Amino acid sequence: MYDFAYHKPTSVADAVKLLAEDPDARPISGGMTLLPALKHRLNMPSALIDLSGIAELRGIRREGDALVIGAMVKHFEIATDPQIMAAIPALSRMAATIGDTQVRNRGTIGGSLANNDPAADYPAAALALGATLITDRRQIPADAFFVGMFTTAMEPGELLVGVSFPIPEKAGYAKLRNPASRYSMTGVFVARGPKGVGVGVNGAAACAFRQKEMEAALAANWSPEAVAGIRQPADDLNSDIHGSAEYRANLVTVMAKRAVADAG
Amino acid sequence: MNVTTPPSEGIGASVRRREDLRFLSGRGQYTDDLNRPGQLHAWILRSPHAHARIGGIDTAAAAAMPGVRAIYTAAHIEAAGLGGVPCGWQVTGKGGKVMAEPMHPVLASGKVRHVGDPVAVVVAETRSQARDAAEAIAVSYTPLPALPTMAAALAPGAALLHDDAPGNVCFDWEIGDAAATDAAFAAAYKVVRFETTNNRLVPNAMEPRAAIGDYDPNSGEHTLYTTSQNPHVIRLLMGAFVLKVPEHRLRVVAPDVGGGFGSKIYHYAEEAIVTWAAAQLKRPVKWTCERSEAFVSDAHGRDHVTRAELALDAEGRFLGLRVETLANMGAYLSTFAPAVPTYLSATLLAGCYTTPAIHGQVKAVFTSTVPVDAYRGAGRPETTYLLERLVDVAAREMGMDRVEIRRKNFIRPDQFPYQTPVALQYDSGDYEATLREALRVARYDSFEQRRAEAKARGRLRGIGISTYLEACGIAPSKLVGQLGARAGLYEVANIRVHPTGSVSVFTGTHSHGQGHETTFAQLVSEQLGVPLSQVEVVHGDTGKIPFGMGTYGSRSLAVGGSAMVKAMDKIIAKGRKIAAHLLEASVEDIEFSNGQFRVAGTDRAKAFAEISMAAYVPHNYPIEEIEPGLEETAFYDPKNFTYPGGCHICEVEIDPETGETEVVNFTACDDVGRVINPMIVEGQIQGGLAQGIGQALIENTVYDSEGQLLSASFADYAMPRAAQIPAFDVSTSTTLCTHNPLGVKGCGEVGAIGSPPAVINAVVDALRDYGVTHVEMPATPQKIWSIIHSKGGAALPAAAE
Repeated sequence: MYDFAYHKPTSVADAVKLLAEDPDARPISGGMTLLPALKHRLNMPSALIDLSGIAELRGIRREGDALVIGAMVKHFEIATDPQIMAAIPALSRMAATIGDTQVRNRGTIGGSLANNDPAADYPAAALALGATLITDRRQIPADAFFVGMFTTAMEPGELLVGVSFPIPEKAGYAKLRNPASRYSMTGVFVARGPKGVGVGVNGAAACAFRQKEMEAALAANWSPEAVAGIRQPADDLNSDIHGSAEYRANLVTVMAKRAVADAG
Repeated sequence: MNVTTPPSEGIGASVRRREDLRFLSGRGQYTDDLNRPGQLHAWILRSPHAHARIGGIDTAAAAAMPGVRAIYTAAHIEAAGLGGVPCGWQVTGKGGKVMAEPMHPVLASGKVRHVGDPVAVVVAETRSQARDAAEAIAVSYTPLPALPTMAAALAPGAALLHDDAPGNVCFDWEIGDAAATDAAFAAAYKVVRFETTNNRLVPNAMEPRAAIGDYDPNSGEHTLYTTSQNPHVIRLLMGAFVLKVPEHRLRVVAPDVGGGFGSKIYHYAEEAIVTWAAAQLKRPVKWTCERSEAFVSDAHGRDHVTRAELALDAEGRFLGLRVETLANMGAYLSTFAPAVPTYLSATLLAGCYTTPAIHGQVKAVFTSTVPVDAYRGAGRPETTYLLERLVDVAAREMGMDRVEIRRKNFIRPDQFPYQTPVALQYDSGDYEATLREALRVARYDSFEQRRAEAKARGRLRGIGISTYLEACGIAPSKLVGQLGARAGLYEVANIRVHPTGSVSVFTGTHSHGQGHETTFAQLVSEQLGVPLSQVEVVHGDTGKIPFGMGTYGSRSLAVGGSAMVKAMDKIIAKGRKIAAHLLEASVEDIEFSNGQFRVAGTDRAKAFAEISMAAYVPHNYPIEEIEPGLEETAFYDPKNFTYPGGCHICEVEIDPETGETEVVNFTACDDVGRVINPMIVEGQIQGGLAQGIGQALIENTVYDSEGQLLSASFADYAMPRAAQIPAFDVSTSTTLCTHNPLGVKGCGEVGAIGSPPAVINAVVDALRDYGVTHVEMPATPQKIWSIIHSKGGAALPAAAE
């Protein structure tokens, strides 16, 4: 990796100030994406702002009918936290499928959401559950947050501090892993809750998206059969050496069925 | 053979691997763990192009960067008079035409020929500084047409990769009797045709390659520490052909090595670079390969495109076999590359069958890809896959049972020694025995019930059989010399008995995961009657071991172990003379067993340690007749290849909605000859099976039309994981090798050789109701889904019956 300065602030305010002062600085949480990129010299930040010293980015708390999870909460914690397991067990099950043990003990939900890798798991959950992304300066609905491949609605220097998930009545998740990377080739998160029915899809396209035809079908009939006949158009889906767009389109339907079955 | 030591230690005992404590506790000493005083670091600038002319290389800016001590390009290598990277095997093709053997420069000269071809080397105080400077080197390239596939390289008017390889052809070779084969086809009841590509693989040993060059200006001695399976071979190839340094001034050390699978047999340019640079700079120079660098610089494996035709009579007997193979050599000839598709592959075309007439042709092709060479199995997996798929296709077309057609064509035990039509003579085997046992363990007879039960769950279940044969223990030197090898393929052992009776064994073989430190110690413990704790095995340092050829082709025990037996026979013969003197008996009356030299029929005996002490403290000793000391060296040149074989049965379930294949059962019954350590053999077989399943289902090397490697990291190159590997049922069923003293055959590759066709035969069987007759490797989820989708989708068709 190239040389960079290193800062370890202890408050969100200090972190945001450092980011504002240096447009080429990058925040780092678990580093599960950024560190390999640095090692491959694909990225040359002037400074890394290490968020691991900021206590206010941690913690999981109930706020009314929502669960608020700090940006620095690790996948392992989401997979095993009793509060999350009780309130949104599908989110815990999803987190337990991310990467391997080492990744789950380093990687964070905030890092994953802010990075918005098309093949990451959480964005589908955030969309399906109608989550609200909380930054240092505002609150952004999930529908407005995930803008495109590795792109979110956050401005330069804006820091994700947490995410608020409305607690659903039911939710489920299913994915097919890429045979090589084990990232999601296509995953579907379904939820029925206070904001209605949500179906979030990851891995299939440049950016996670909601499958609204399936949402309508499930609102009328919450069952795997309701989505079994719905075909996802392949037009805008990803195609690579592991899976064609047509294959991924098929997986959207199959994983949606399985996600509904998973939700029960 | 003496059966004397406690069964917990000797031949047949599952002794725990003695080397594992250091490996599992992080105390192994791999090349990258070594650091020499004053060490510099090399970074290699590699070609981003598949095929391009080098206009100029501007190193001025890079040379001025911090810490840089030297930058080398082809100009420096040529000015120093270094040779090219040599090839160890010369194939002579049709009409006596010798293969094209283009220069393989240490650093690309004039042209680059694959992505990853080394162009320049920066040596700096730190690795990071060397890499920084490498990024500042400006190379002007004029891109030339990429030749990423054999089809592209063979197309009329294709650009030439090497000026001295017309048509991009390395050689066009044949084996067998074309006329007899034609006659067999003319008389055939049926001819079955099959075409397939054996997918290209990246070896991906857990430990990436590394090399440290060191030079002592006082003695003029060069030392290379390297990740090698055969340090003496590296010393010979690099010293004699590249650096032109005599053996006594060149020491090659291969310390702990973390897996090779063939990829660490070859002499690589980086080894010569660091050794030469260290002498230039009078400081040690270290290079460690990055994982992503390994994808474009370690020799790849497989990549054969084959068309085959099998002629059968009305009863399903094989009458003749015709095979035409295109073999990808990559951009340059790696050390053993020409031998892989020819003498290690086409010579196996009889398999375990009595096919009387066979004609095989191999055209080897240069492409703008990483060089291709032997990878676990080396040629035999390619032929085994071809044959065992072809036999299944033939069974289907003949309307015969897959087991029955195999049985009908097996070479029977009473037919050994069996001369095949493709040069080899098999010494022993019992293919019916391994088939019968595997069918029993796999519960083959009740498979259809399991298939029906799976169908009720919406899953497609299939079963596949592979009855394979392979050739190991490479090989008689005279024979391989006639076939083009530029080296002998004997092995050596030096047995040094110390005064108190402990034993050091110096072997030319090399362990990089095989557990030699345990297996060889068991062998010596058994033969000499010495406790296992008193035996050490030394390998991997040309400064310590005699000239041996290393480890590959499952040869270590069959060839290296045989050398040990010969050396121990000499030890025992000398010990009997010493004992005869001490016991005042005639040599003929001295028996050796259970670690005791005994006067036959009496209780008068001397222990092994008493004899060794007498040999080194020869106060009462027949000094006029025999020399003091107890140390013997033996070279063993094999009389033939060894021929392991067996039966693998794979059972899969396919999810028709996603195309995912799960291996639910895998049974292997292998004949690897005598087994020294059953646990190590099982481990070797399991590892091979995992690699075979990887090749069959997920591993694939993909180049795009520009010659860029798309599967260039673990993000895109799929490796088998523990969760994808079933709990194997592994067993052995033994016939002894008849021509080596231990009766051993070799177990290192059988798993990777026998398993891929068993997996694909199972996949095809699972899809039989869709009318599927073949699925190319790797049978990825997308590929299987596409097949099912094209046949009408996941809704299960009615069973054919």
